Amino acid sequence: MSETTMYTVSSSPHIRAKDTTQSIMRDVIIGLLPAAIAGVYFFKLKALLVILVSVISCVASEYIWQKAAKQKNTTGDLSAVVTGLLLAFCLPASVPLWIPVIGGIFAIIIVKQFFGGIGQNIMNPALAARAFLLASWPVLMTTWTLDGVTTATPLAILKGKEVTGAVAPSLMNVFIGHVGGSIGETSALALLIGGAYLLYKHVIDWRIPVTFIGTTFVITAIVGRAPNPFYELFTGGLMLGAIFMATDYATSPITPKGKIIFGVGCGVLTSIIRILGGYPEGVCYSIIIMNLFVPLIERWTTPKIFGKVK
Amino acid sequence: MELLTFKSGVHPPHGKHYTENKQIEEYLPKGDIVIPMSQHIGAPAEPTVKKGDRVLVGQKIGEAKGFVSANVHASVSGTVKNVVPVTLFNGAKSTAVIIENDGQYEEIPTEKKDYSKLSNEEILNTIKEAGIVGMGGATFPTHVKLAPPPDKKIEFIIVNAAECEPYLTCDHRMMLEKTNEIIEGLKIILKLFPNAKGYIGIEDNKMNAIQAMQEAVKNIANIEVAAVKTKYPQGAEKQLIYAITKREVPSGGLPADAGCIVQNVDTVYEIYNAVVNGKPLTSRVVTVTGDAVKEPRNIRFKIGTSVRELVDFAGGFSEEPLKVISGGPMMGMAMYSLDVPATKGTSGILCLTKSAAEIGEESNCISCGKCLQVCPMNLMPTKIATAAALNNFEMFNEFNGRDCIECGCCSFICPAKRHLLQRIRTGKKAVSKKK
Repeated sequence: MSETTMYTVSSSPHIRAKDTTQSIMRDVIIGLLPAAIAGVYFFKLKALLVILVSVISCVASEYIWQKAAKQKNTTGDLSAVVTGLLLAFCLPASVPLWIPVIGGIFAIIIVKQFFGGIGQNIMNPALAARAFLLASWPVLMTTWTLDGVTTATPLAILKGKEVTGAVAPSLMNVFIGHVGGSIGETSALALLIGGAYLLYKHVIDWRIPVTFIGTTFVITAIVGRAPNPFYELFTGGLMLGAIFMATDYATSPITPKGKIIFGVGCGVLTSIIRILGGYPEGVCYSIIIMNLFVPLIERWTTPKIFGKVK
Repeated sequence: MELLTFKSGVHPPHGKHYTENKQIEEYLPKGDIVIPMSQHIGAPAEPTVKKGDRVLVGQKIGEAKGFVSANVHASVSGTVKNVVPVTLFNGAKSTAVIIENDGQYEEIPTEKKDYSKLSNEEILNTIKEAGIVGMGGATFPTHVKLAPPPDKKIEFIIVNAAECEPYLTCDHRMMLEKTNEIIEGLKIILKLFPNAKGYIGIEDNKMNAIQAMQEAVKNIANIEVAAVKTKYPQGAEKQLIYAITKREVPSGGLPADAGCIVQNVDTVYEIYNAVVNGKPLTSRVVTVTGDAVKEPRNIRFKIGTSVRELVDFAGGFSEEPLKVISGGPMMGMAMYSLDVPATKGTSGILCLTKSAAEIGEESNCISCGKCLQVCPMNLMPTKIATAAALNNFEMFNEFNGRDCIECGCCSFICPAKRHLLQRIRTGKKAVSKKK
């Protein structure tokens, strides 16, 4: 044994669990794969291109920004890849490819990096970028094609925004995803499979998806616009939003009760916008509005500590 | 068999396979014995010997000073080489008595006693004289813990045999090898608190110990074995009390406020040894283990033996370790050198290689909330750590930073490898200084 051996003297604990930020992001990407495959299956090659361009735009934006700001490069943690996928899932397959490029730059640089990088953003980057794109290029962002034909989303048909004669797709079709809509939002089946994987891996907590979807179910079932109460659950961005977007760590409460309040709030806002608002879909806006309430919700729901006397 | 437990916590890999089946081996030291005057919480003892004095095994060489303090005894016989300050395993300095071991192990005369004939005062005094401190690692003077304020009604005496830290197996082996002595020790404590019920809390990864203890207490009315789920930190006293009694120790309070006294199983053995055999605390069991050690083992060593000798007795290093830890991997303290004395609180010498102990760089908090999910005290570690880092004491207290038991579950689980516990500890120290 060497007399001059230097041992590391750092704080306990001296061992760590295996999970890393990167391994969590990798699990999210795996969870998104079924929806990606479904999107490419229904919307063909164009969808694949949008997905690739979106991911490249996000990763490149993060890399270039961090280099320019002389910060440590963190693209290896794969969070930009996740944002790229989620952003692409929010876009119609027919958008010109410069849309995801601009969307990626906006999501990563303005919504994420300007606020301090991973964990510090105040709104979901993909959804905030989608809202920005929607406001800037409304026609491009609401032109849906399916099987080569321009079509309407099921929710738009429900709202009566389309000319009479448009028939609402069957429940089976909205469940599998063979309907008009954004690349990643149409297949409830694929999204649920991905969600089940994330729950199994303890990446997401059940509270937000269950309360978000549950609240929406109850309100829309009572209002009863659709032929079947499950119809509204499988249409629009609800599955994608409730499972993958609302559960984004940085923009959702870390307290268990807070998650429930957040999920219920999202469900209420989604339902209000869908039923009463001028726009057929409410998920995107409901989530980014609830994102802004998160610091307050966390404050209200600080857990009762062990041994605290009332 | 119903398993009791507490909320939250983590499941680190247990690493006990290295030593859980290895019988305790006695080690006689080769070099000088260095016995610090401070091996316990509270004021250091005052040396009662000087250079040149001859001492015998069990002779008092340090007198407890003050209410919260403990006596210190010689663990070998020989000549006092020096009485000087030394640096301990945690970097602190303490006066120590250095004894040149004559290899004779000549003991002071001791007498066996029948404790049923002793008064409570005599029992407590014996424990005090014997220099017994909490052997779980906290080293709180036992005679102080066993004399709570009279207005606290003690209903439960809990023997902490959970040994929830990975790698450590000294308590496990003691339960298998000194079963009856431990039960006697518990009976002695129950004599001090006749209205209390005795529980022995054992994690279910030690089934043979549970069975041995259950067999030993099956005809004793007021002692029961409580099998608890294996989860870290089940051995934290607040969590053990909750698992067994469903009571929560109030924030800022002590177990006595919940009607409980918790004692580590090795401490209970020492109580037996002192009261029945008349012997003071002069040795203890340590688990020398880890993936860097050639022959991990459980060793009974004389207090004051050098850590280096104990590592050598375990075959030395198969690979140079990254860290040598006193205690377990979750709450133990990393040592800067092997040339420090092993003391009353050294329950483990854990030698971890780079692959076992390397942590990697810290990155941004992603607000995943995992630290909240695992905190056994239901705190929000990420917020407390942020408050500590910003020196924001109001925020630190608002999030109850002082209730942190420093178990390390938060840092363990954090995917961003943030040094949460380190920041919280620094914050706790700063806040207590500020008062």
